[in-house]
Amino acid sequence: MTTKQISVFLENRPGTLAEFCKVLQKNNIDMRAMCVADAMDFGIARVIVDNVYDTVTVLKDEGYVCQITKVLTVEMEDRPGALSEILALLGEQNINLEYTYAFLTREKDKAYLVIKVADNAAAADILKKNGVKVICQDELEKIFGD
Amino acid sequence: MSKYFSPEKETASREQIVEWQNAGLVDCVKRVWDNVPYYRKKMEKKGVTPDDIKGIEDLHKLPFLTKDDLRDAYPYGLLARPLSDCVRIHSTSGTTGRRVVAFYTQNDIDLWDECCARALTAAGATEEDVVQVSYGYGLFTGGFGLNGGSHKVGCLTLPMSSGNTDRQIQFMTDLGATVLCCTPSYAAYLGESIHERGVRDKIRLKAGIFGAEAWTEEMRRDIEETLGIKAYDIYGLTEISGPGVAFECENQDGMHINEDYFIVEVIDPKTGEVLPDGEKGELVFTAFAKEAFPLLRYRTKDICILSREKCSCGRTFVKMTKPLGRSDDMLIVKGVNVFPSQIETVLLNHGYAANYQIIVDRHKNSDSLEVRVEMTPEMFSDELSKVSAKERELVAGLKSMLGIHADVKLVAPKSIVRSEGKAVRVIDKRNLYKG
Ligand SMILES: [Zn+2]
Repeated sequence: MTTKQISVFLENRPGTLAEFCKVLQKNNIDMRAMCVADAMDFGIARVIVDNVYDTVTVLKDEGYVCQITKVLTVEMEDRPGALSEILALLGEQNINLEYTYAFLTREKDKAYLVIKVADNAAAADILKKNGVKVICQDELEKIFGD
Repeated sequence: MSKYFSPEKETASREQIVEWQNAGLVDCVKRVWDNVPYYRKKMEKKGVTPDDIKGIEDLHKLPFLTKDDLRDAYPYGLLARPLSDCVRIHSTSGTTGRRVVAFYTQNDIDLWDECCARALTAAGATEEDVVQVSYGYGLFTGGFGLNGGSHKVGCLTLPMSSGNTDRQIQFMTDLGATVLCCTPSYAAYLGESIHERGVRDKIRLKAGIFGAEAWTEEMRRDIEETLGIKAYDIYGLTEISGPGVAFECENQDGMHINEDYFIVEVIDPKTGEVLPDGEKGELVFTAFAKEAFPLLRYRTKDICILSREKCSCGRTFVKMTKPLGRSDDMLIVKGVNVFPSQIETVLLNHGYAANYQIIVDRHKNSDSLEVRVEMTPEMFSDELSKVSAKERELVAGLKSMLGIHADVKLVAPKSIVRSEGKAVRVIDKRNLYKG
């Protein structure tokens, strides 16, 4: 029911994000989505990749502090209003979003939304009950594989 | 059953203590002069002879001994008795260069055991108690010291040594240990492990004596809470015998120094000048009662404050604070003494690793202090707010320890410059502006 995101600690100095991307590139890791959150003195990159465990191994070898985070990924129609409808569903049930970001694949007319909440199961239930498609890791990999 | 192990010593009048110290010092200086050419040369260089030392008021005339002296004199250079009179050695782990070896006669061991027996008694141990000694046994003084003290009190002693947590917890529960002796970090670890295993209700511990490591009041409260005990601090260095040179009483408010065996001074680490009680400075010990390795004016590099305020426990021995830092790495920032060890303690207490760097700078005549801390997997989260909250707690922790604000900067793992494997701890950029 959840998908795996890799969260990576980035120091706040010029070039850290570029270095990070270069590491992925050097190791032929295809980054499907990325979102960076910045604090004053550090940043956190959240990435969606094809092969989670290999990527974590590469990053750890390169000296990064990273972790696999379970997040919800939902399918949305690529049309105005789709995002706000989904967010409204969660909002109505008082579910707080820690963060969210969207990505596209080669699939036409579809977008994907990554959602981080405190209770994945509860949020997934609400979404499913309301007809929103929540994607599991296997499905996500299949989408990337196509 | 007394609350003191040796009441006639521990509650002696100041006049009596000074009398012991005067006689002990005069005797010790003579013994050292006659038997330790290394120190005799130091005295001659300073123009002092045993005749100049009539009591503790003359102590300041004697030259200091430092760890460098101990290394130079390795192994036998400071030995005051023939080897045939010695029964044991202990040694400090040398991170740099040569080790330091200290020798003990049987009397020296007895004296040391007595010190540890006083510490255990002050922590409430009697012959009814079961004392689990989880300090390392070996060259390190922790294990043997508390072991000897425990025997002397008549406690059932469990010589566990360090490590093997499963076995530690098994013996602790099966044999009903009531007093635990180990490093504070190991006590904290044992506490966590006991909770993880769900055997907290099988633990009979009531007290613990934790030393050989810097620890904070915060850590004390944590340990006391997790293990349901009173946690006591103990102080000692291998060079001046081992743990038990000073120990905490029931007030847990500073450590009483065994003044019938040791004379303590606090000096200005820069000038060597003796400071009045109550002022922060480097601890200097004269171990006049020891036979094999009687150090005169040994500089510990530990920064402390002495207090002669009357203690409600009834002991008359002077009290020292926990070491507040090390003299060799003291920084003065905004007029306040800052020790890297204090910062390290706060970092460890907040769950960070001891991989850090302190950067002191000065802009427009105002000092700034920045602590760079390497991120660890344990402290990381995918949520910015969680990492930031931990960071803010750290800033607050540093402020309460140091008394001044320090900026915290989280940096990538292994990004702190290491020279020859050791991290460069302090970068003082203010030096650049000097003439
Ligand atoms: Zn007291």
